[in-house]
Amino acid sequence: MSLARIQVPPSAKRGEVIEVRIAIQHAMEAGFRYDNNGRTIPKNVINTLVARYNGTEVFRAELGSGISANPYLQFFMTAEASGDIEFSWVDDAGERGSERAAIVVVG
Amino acid sequence: MPTRRQFVHAAGTLAAASLLSLDVAAQSDPFAPLIADFTGGAPIKQGRVTLDIPELADNGNAVPLRVSVENDMSSASHVQRITILSEKNPRPVIGTFHLTPRNGRALISTRIRLNGAQRLMAIAQLSDGTYWSASADVIVTSSACWDES
Amino acid sequence: MTACLLAIVILAACSTQAAQPVPLKSGVEFASADVRSLQQDDFANPGMLWVTRGAKLWLEPAGSDGKACGTCHGDANRSMKGVASRYPRIDSVSTGLINLEGRIQQCRERRQHAPLMAYESDELLALTAYVASQSRGIPVNVEIDGFHRAHFERGRAMYYQRVGQMNLACTNCHDANWSKKLGAETVSQGHGNAYPIYRLEWQAAGSLQRRFRSCLSGVRAEMFPYGAAEYLDLELYLAWRGQGLAIETPGVRR
Repeated sequence: MSLARIQVPPSAKRGEVIEVRIAIQHAMEAGFRYDNNGRTIPKNVINTLVARYNGTEVFRAELGSGISANPYLQFFMTAEASGDIEFSWVDDAGERGSERAAIVVVG
Repeated sequence: MPTRRQFVHAAGTLAAASLLSLDVAAQSDPFAPLIADFTGGAPIKQGRVTLDIPELADNGNAVPLRVSVENDMSSASHVQRITILSEKNPRPVIGTFHLTPRNGRALISTRIRLNGAQRLMAIAQLSDGTYWSASADVIVTSSACWDES
Repeated sequence: MTACLLAIVILAACSTQAAQPVPLKSGVEFASADVRSLQQDDFANPGMLWVTRGAKLWLEPAGSDGKACGTCHGDANRSMKGVASRYPRIDSVSTGLINLEGRIQQCRERRQHAPLMAYESDELLALTAYVASQSRGIPVNVEIDGFHRAHFERGRAMYYQRVGQMNLACTNCHDANWSKKLGAETVSQGHGNAYPIYRLEWQAAGSLQRRFRSCLSGVRAEMFPYGAAEYLDLELYLAWRGQGLAIETPGVRR
């Protein structure tokens, strides 16, 4: 189970630039560690993360093993209309995750 | 059996030799091929990009990093991509971030892994095809105690 | 007269040895500004991912009766407030000492009839962190009398016992040298009030017992297995030693 938290302001004015933050529970296994039997733990990181605001892509990140475990990202976007922001991501093992948060635009 | 003086002299020569090899290493820029991959050979200019990272990081597993670019975020002129490059990580491209005019502000922050003290570089590609960059040096410290928990 | 004086001196020495550090300082006070701000920002704090998972698990039915934690305990924000500040404590049924993890496991066994979670599993850490975080700001307040006493004394003895190839006891770092530098690190007073914590070194959340294991391996001593009675006794002694410190779960440490 991939768990994520998203933070956006509770509401925003139309045209306001808002801060968006996401944190995902994922080991971002770099492929340089060994298990108790001395075997390499294979690299498995979230390699792509996409944010769509009311269906339109607004932000995309290509990530590598240099991103910390339990990755955290902050960026900005302009609030245009109420709706939602949906994040989706995929890791090297092909496991996909997604999470959404409501955007409330007033005025 | 070498005298202490001979030993100190030899150690000094060794140190000088390793300094020399460090100097040679510094001359072959580890960023050059990474920059070429990102820009396709286009020139990069210093400026517009701000790279914030602690001078002294607590632990190489999670170093806070923030990159911002001074530029409009309009459809006519905006920041399209930001990449973060490491001098000493085994995989030197830490991440590449694609922005759109809808972002309103070209600022991203994250937490990164660093394989020891090194220089980092952030490069931004603008919609007019120009590239801008900034660098920062960071010292990475680690835990005092061995941890096999 | 001399003997009496001597007795007083010895008593004074003993009580100094057994006292809390003065002033009491939570581990976060020895952390860098970066780590402090990470702990204080409830979104950036990676330990909150475990708390969030714990909140989900709280409502998830487990075991043959299909009961969730919330089925009996309702809203954790209310029912679990202050609970973590009183652990470890004696379980009234078994009269044995249990910590918060043990209390959660006991519920799974006796009430939910669900399989036990592995010690240090993400699930148990998540539930423990979620329950403990309901006591944030509440001072640690454990009992050490009655059935607690023997555990407390064993925990105290362990705290002062030199172990490992480095021949160090907890007290050698955490009483004699707190606030001093060990490499790039500042030695803390060694309190448990922020556990489970997210430790950058671990790249994950971990329990106080994992921290004990880190310290034991650090002084090159043999580690006890998770859930060992020795750890429980030490947890009780440490809780008493940090009595009055506010719970901070989930803490962040380097």
